[in-house]
Amino acid sequence: MLNLIIDGKEVSVEKGTTVLHAARKLGIEIPTLCYHEGVSPYGACRVCVVEVVKGMKPGLTASCACLAEQGMEVRTNSPSVVDSRRLIIELILARSPEVKKVRELAQEMGIEKARFRKEDKECILCGLCVRVCQEIIGASVIGFINRGANREVETPFQAQSDVCIGCGACSSVCPTEAIKIKEMFDKRILETWHTELELKSCKICGRYFAPKKELEHLKEKIELPEEIFEICEDCKRKNLTRKIGEIKTGII
Amino acid sequence: MKIKNLKNLEGLKAKGLESLYPKRMKINVGLGTCGIATGAQAVFDSIVEEIEKQGIDAVVGKTGCLGFCQREPLVDVWQPGKSRIIYCQMDPEKARDLVTGLAQGKMRKEWALCRLEEEEFIIENTKKKYSIKEKDGKDIPLYGEIPFYKKQKKIALRNCGFMNPENIEEYIARGGYFTLARVLSSLKEEGVIEEIKNSGLRGRGGAGFPTGLKWKFCRDAPGDTKYIICNADEGDPGAYMDRSILEGDPHSVLEGMVIGAYAIGSHEGYIYVRNEYPLAAQSVERAIRQAEEYGLLGDNILNSGFNFRIRISQGAGAFVCGEETALLASIEGKIGEPRPRPPFPAERGLWDKPTNINNVKTWANVPAIIARGADWYSKMGTPKSKGTMVFSLVGKINNTGLVEVPMGIKLREMIYDIGEGIPQGKKLKAVQTGGPSGGCIPSELADLEVDYEKLTQAGSMMGSGGMVVMDEDTCMVNVAKYFLNFTKDESCGKCTPCREGIKRMLEILDDISKGKAKEADLELLETLAKVVKDASLCALGGTAPNPVLTTLRYFRNEYEAHIKDKKCPAHICPDLIRYSINKEKCTGCGLCLKECPQTAISGEKKKPHSIDKSKCIKCGVCFEVCKFDAVEID
Repeated sequence: MLNLIIDGKEVSVEKGTTVLHAARKLGIEIPTLCYHEGVSPYGACRVCVVEVVKGMKPGLTASCACLAEQGMEVRTNSPSVVDSRRLIIELILARSPEVKKVRELAQEMGIEKARFRKEDKECILCGLCVRVCQEIIGASVIGFINRGANREVETPFQAQSDVCIGCGACSSVCPTEAIKIKEMFDKRILETWHTELELKSCKICGRYFAPKKELEHLKEKIELPEEIFEICEDCKRKNLTRKIGEIKTGII
Repeated sequence: MKIKNLKNLEGLKAKGLESLYPKRMKINVGLGTCGIATGAQAVFDSIVEEIEKQGIDAVVGKTGCLGFCQREPLVDVWQPGKSRIIYCQMDPEKARDLVTGLAQGKMRKEWALCRLEEEEFIIENTKKKYSIKEKDGKDIPLYGEIPFYKKQKKIALRNCGFMNPENIEEYIARGGYFTLARVLSSLKEEGVIEEIKNSGLRGRGGAGFPTGLKWKFCRDAPGDTKYIICNADEGDPGAYMDRSILEGDPHSVLEGMVIGAYAIGSHEGYIYVRNEYPLAAQSVERAIRQAEEYGLLGDNILNSGFNFRIRISQGAGAFVCGEETALLASIEGKIGEPRPRPPFPAERGLWDKPTNINNVKTWANVPAIIARGADWYSKMGTPKSKGTMVFSLVGKINNTGLVEVPMGIKLREMIYDIGEGIPQGKKLKAVQTGGPSGGCIPSELADLEVDYEKLTQAGSMMGSGGMVVMDEDTCMVNVAKYFLNFTKDESCGKCTPCREGIKRMLEILDDISKGKAKEADLELLETLAKVVKDASLCALGGTAPNPVLTTLRYFRNEYEAHIKDKKCPAHICPDLIRYSINKEKCTGCGLCLKECPQTAISGEKKKPHSIDKSKCIKCGVCFEVCKFDAVEID
């Protein structure tokens, strides 16, 4: 166990714990945007910035990517933390003024309007979609292109992806709802990734329910009866209800 | 042939000395990128051609950059028994004339830059005196006495310009690889680290971390596989120190790396060289091949049982890859993006193995320090910054070039002694050190001693060695804008402060330069600069605001003039200046009228002309061409 002090309070955590988690253990809330427990920390949005007063590398750092050290002293609300966090959120607000999550964060910090020229980007480049696709799904469909202010998340050559399975994990993890997915008849269309995927129809009701590629991907990853991948969620539920009914009838 | 012992090495040294100082005339041409850019290749070709044509008994050699880039192409003529003379600003025609003259025993004093009577062999601590029998040429100033070289002390650059980088024997002749032989045969690993620690050598890439300590961290890190890396991703505008060393003396870097690898316990190394340096990459590649052939790299180096290999990894043109964690990602084949530290590379570096990364100049210093000892090295410099530093002295300076000076030299000495002042007698305004990560030091601080601490205190930094001199015609808002434009494009875009912050700072600077900014914007610019500096993920964002912060610190009045008076005091920002013709001074010669690309100037011949402000694009051509100073800027 490691002992450290956050905002004057002592806390002991296991080796490998981030400062963010150590703070949460103490009930100290630190806002985050690019952090998600399911994927590796990235330290990019810098909203979770804290000040290391005593430690290997003193100064401001992203608490989501900074590991707790023995004897470390951290402040989550020093003037420089508060000022930096405010300005960072103001910068994100100027980039994405219409994004709900960003507006909420800004409001919490008492920022009404950004002092910079407004843009209208939905993506805040937190990279959660990129990490989920790579680390959880294992598909690595998307990545970052360009440098600096021109950075974007894209598919290779901004073209239809051959490896996308259409699972939509990117969209569900996106904090700003920037990734658009829609379904039309027998196709799932991932507009943001220039990709269309064929859907499979349910063996029972005939409804199109999931991308064929996703089902194949899952079949390889999880050992389950073939049938599971052939019928839609609704029919699965109906099947289950029917089976329970049969069992109950049998018992009676 | 593999070198197995000192006797083998001595044999090659003798061969190298014959090549360096043959019994007949030898003409060396400086063929670094700087030389080639001024036409040295054509000079070289014409010399070869002329010698063949006239059947002259002479050899033609190649060398790297001798430092005095302003006077390139440089041609160095060695003749047994005569003064060794370096001719400057040669062109193919002059070169042919020179060769013809030399064949008849004549020298061309009017083209001579300087002459040499001896050379310093740093590694051996000897002076190689030439035996000069002829008196002619004594009136040409000596190499060590001309202002450009007088205050220099070449250690990292000890061989640059004095040997053929393509010839490993010439490197050996100048004491090369003897230090490695001594290290492998008689020094303990810890002993090497101790020596480097005691020498006070600090990282020459910019941050200035003590090199010995860095090596020790990596040596002490658990794990059998460790990597050594040479960072040659030099990208600061106007900086070319690392390129010149790799082109002019690649073996010094290789030897330093093998010594480091031995001390740290590494068997594999990389040289990460930027894609824009094709000649440097070629030079290193050739050097690696030669060293491998001689058993100075590879398995069982010098029959010691120690193995070490070096590979070259070429960048894809990203400035941020000079940052060590981005560099590691790039070698691994990933996007060149930095990651948070700790863990530091010494603990978890390339492919998660302990890794030691040093700059080209740091590696080039290592053989000299081990050869001459920590005491010798630490006697040079200031209390906390030991030894020498290599700078590329560029900008508004009379002597542009690559210079190596003892730490602690005053900026004034660099500019007025080595650089011989500002062209056209203009006034010094500022010196920019550390490239886009550094800052502008005002002329009032010209007596500042150059070392890591003093430069940082002044708001700038040592950086990798770029030194840009600015004269009175420089607009500091424009300078800040220039550097921010650079970092805006070179930021990887990963973290918010760097990506968004630099962009917004640039917007504000742009407004200031156009006279559109309000006073509150200046405050916002300053606040923003501080946050970008403190909260960015890596050193690129952490230092990118320095040009803004230092210009605000030292030249605030200039910012205020742009904002309050809507004036650019240096007459640079096009939106804040107006050209007009002084009717009293104008003779009506019509030159400006002829040159104006916008046909904005009108007037009858021999009568005062005038400028149509609505058509004028403020290109300044009229101002440049007017012989009567009649065009005025307001």
